[in-house]
Amino acid sequence: MITKVTHMCIYVLDQDSAYGFYVNKLGFKVHTDAPMGPGARWLTVTPPEQPELEITLFLVKEGGMFDPETTRTMQDLIKKGTFGAAVFTCQDLMATYEELKGKGVEFVKAPTKEFYGYEALFKDDSGNWFSLSQLNTEK
Amino acid sequence: MEPEQYKKVDLCRRIVQAKLFIDRHYAENIDLEQIACNAYFSKFHFSRLFKKTYGKTPHHYLTQVRIDNAVDLLKQGMSVADVSFRVGFDSSTSFAALFKKHFGLSPSDYRAKQLERRAHFAVNPLHAVPNCFAERHGWKKSNIQ
Repeated sequence: MITKVTHMCIYVLDQDSAYGFYVNKLGFKVHTDAPMGPGARWLTVTPPEQPELEITLFLVKEGGMFDPETTRTMQDLIKKGTFGAAVFTCQDLMATYEELKGKGVEFVKAPTKEFYGYEALFKDDSGNWFSLSQLNTEK
Repeated sequence: MEPEQYKKVDLCRRIVQAKLFIDRHYAENIDLEQIACNAYFSKFHFSRLFKKTYGKTPHHYLTQVRIDNAVDLLKQGMSVADVSFRVGFDSSTSFAALFKKHFGLSPSDYRAKQLERRAHFAVNPLHAVPNCFAERHGWKKSNIQ
């Protein structure tokens, strides 16, 4: 029986820039930041109130599982905003939207009422997009 | 924008400003009155709105920010007394008691464990990575050490 998600992977174009985005703008915590030989780094962050979920900020670059063609394709798809990586929640969407917008986060959809609550969409510094939701609390 | 909607957005922005004030000034000797005043609220009204927005009172949020920053400094190896001073606690005793309440171990034990963890990963970096990722990415012990 599967019980939990412990790791998820977000492919990024630049790990230093991703660190700045996820840690300094979104307020995520660094879980592990370990060098893996020349030009490689294992970088994971956790959402502020979910320390058990490690989000791996995985660099797309040639080597290992990425051959040159796959690397270019992946990089292009990420830049184009093809990948929707996750849904985040917050207690108050309008406040979180205002704060993140003030920190320079790019929103592609302003807070909008949906049947499950309120939702906005933002992009990370690579081009991955995320839903930011405030879910209905009434049952 | 309708006047009612404008009022709501204005309130929301002031609460966000108050949160950012805490984020910036947590290391100083700030209190609820100062934070509320900075956002042009009465103390009671502010506390209620803050809790509605962030799920915790301003005081709890301030404590959380201090503890979070303390964790980062302890991981870097800073002494408990210096950490408690750097993140805005009145005394290292009150900091240690609060820390233990949060994490179930003293800040000095936490610091020792984190330093041990860091030293371990410095020697065995692959131990930080689930093997599936390491294998798929061609990270081998011989490449890294």
